Amino acid sequence: MGKRIDVKDLNVFYGDFMAVEGVSMTVEPRSVTAFIGPSGCGKSTFLRTLNRMHEVTPGGRVEGKVMLDDEDLYAESVDPVAVRRTVGMVFQRPNPFPTMSIRDNVIAGLKLNGVRNKKVLDQKVEESLVGANLWNEVKDRLNKPGAGLSGGQQQRLCIARAIAVEPQVLLMDEPCSALDPISTLAIEDLVTKLKEQFTIVIVTHNMQQAARVSDKTAFFNLEATGKPGNLIEMDDTQQIFNNPSKKATEDYISGRFG
Amino acid sequence: MTAEAAPPGPGIPAKYSDAHSGDDTSPGGGLGGIDHGKSRARALKNSIATVLIWGAFFIALIPLVWILWTVLSKGLQPVLHVNWWEKDQSGAGAPAFDHNLRGARHAIVGTLLMGLATAVIAVPIAVLTAIYLVEYGSSPFARIVSFMVDIMSGIPSIVAALFVYAVWVTTFHWTLLPIASSLALTMLMIPVVTRSTEEMLKLVPNELREASYALGVPKWKTILRIVLPSCLSGVITGGLLGLARVMGETAPLLLLASYTQYLNQNLFHGSMAALPTMINDQALNINVHIAEQRVWGAACTLILLVLGINLLGRLIGHFTKVKR
Repeated sequence: MGKRIDVKDLNVFYGDFMAVEGVSMTVEPRSVTAFIGPSGCGKSTFLRTLNRMHEVTPGGRVEGKVMLDDEDLYAESVDPVAVRRTVGMVFQRPNPFPTMSIRDNVIAGLKLNGVRNKKVLDQKVEESLVGANLWNEVKDRLNKPGAGLSGGQQQRLCIARAIAVEPQVLLMDEPCSALDPISTLAIEDLVTKLKEQFTIVIVTHNMQQAARVSDKTAFFNLEATGKPGNLIEMDDTQQIFNNPSKKATEDYISGRFG
Repeated sequence: MTAEAAPPGPGIPAKYSDAHSGDDTSPGGGLGGIDHGKSRARALKNSIATVLIWGAFFIALIPLVWILWTVLSKGLQPVLHVNWWEKDQSGAGAPAFDHNLRGARHAIVGTLLMGLATAVIAVPIAVLTAIYLVEYGSSPFARIVSFMVDIMSGIPSIVAALFVYAVWVTTFHWTLLPIASSLALTMLMIPVVTRSTEEMLKLVPNELREASYALGVPKWKTILRIVLPSCLSGVITGGLLGLARVMGETAPLLLLASYTQYLNQNLFHGSMAALPTMINDQALNINVHIAEQRVWGAACTLILLVLGINLLGRLIGHFTKVKR
């Protein structure tokens, strides 16, 4: 599992407004890529184009190409719903389904897509929760509501839910920004573990986090408010943090602006 | 500032330590220049506003309590008799010569049946309309629909009744049936339930929809399996409140449902009594004691039914509510 993502000259629009301009990058399979950059620079928007979630927003559209191995995600014949089964997503705030138990949350994607076999589902519950480092904490209360867990546990539940549908790629949109440092550490450990199986792209505002978990880092910026965001540079994380080639990157990671 | 003046110990800022520095002389006991106590003018305004709000509340309460008291004191006595719920008015003679109260079963059953038929027709339409408006509605057509719902909620009930009458009798020359009243009530119930369902759907956080989409779940399934269950209690409550609202409607029944003193349990045959029409019929002889008792009894029953349905709605809402 884990596929390569190839993006070529991607522009993202909301209606007439160009949110992200001219992004090209390659994300290696089974690696962690971090997107950093100031708020509003389009990194989350760009992330959402990787599983076509931006189309949920009215007026969202792209120009350019996103290839998953050798499949074009934006080809005419491709169903966005199918794309999202292959490219999963974890959101900024933990969002377990409030009507469902922990167990049902994990297998929500499978059940809603028609898997009925109880044995398969039970096995998947354990497998995914173990995969998300949550099994030991919840194995005795699988039928309790998912919303009763702590924030960090909820986020790991959401990760379990995302990996239960066996995606190739996992997109994480600031998955730790609503969590305390200990829960953050748990998620970071999990990311390191998950990259053995999945291609992971993580948006973060926390530069230490990017440095800790990612193999590659991409820095996004925008010239001014109202202008589209751009990819400034992308390189090995070590390189970006120790010896960035662009001045804007250096200014950003060292905390100097404008 | 006091921390600099008299550090109580290494590394402990003064405001976190118990030790008070001696030179802290700022007025207001160390809050740095903020006066203690409320300012007089603000306290006065606060009192005036409080008095006004409570006053308005009690004024609004007067008619409510008055109505409830009158209806209960005059109507509770016949309602508490078991005959009231078990017998209809069959065999009742001219008011002045008939001293047997009998029951209101025909009207109670009629009100409930017509209300049920109304809900069965109105709730699916209203819920689907609300889903369309909230989940799919960004087109100009949706704005027109939303506007129409606004207009519908402003239609006087007698106009809804006239519309049904015009279609049913004038256009198709059919005989009026009890279900015709339900159709008129449907027109009154749809906008109420649509609006309440819309509000409930809007309360479902977008994050849940996105979480479902991100799992590769199609939109229709997301709405059916994630969004609706998350707000089901609100939708049910809204439906029952809408039902309670139309069960007390009178104008459509006066026009479309002729009163009968016999029990009729078939919505597609004959005429059917309802509590409002029973009140109207008996009120013609209100100066006769027995008729007066029937009027207040029916009024009391109607209030109790509506109250019961309201309570049921709240109860279901409470128990089906998503626990967080």
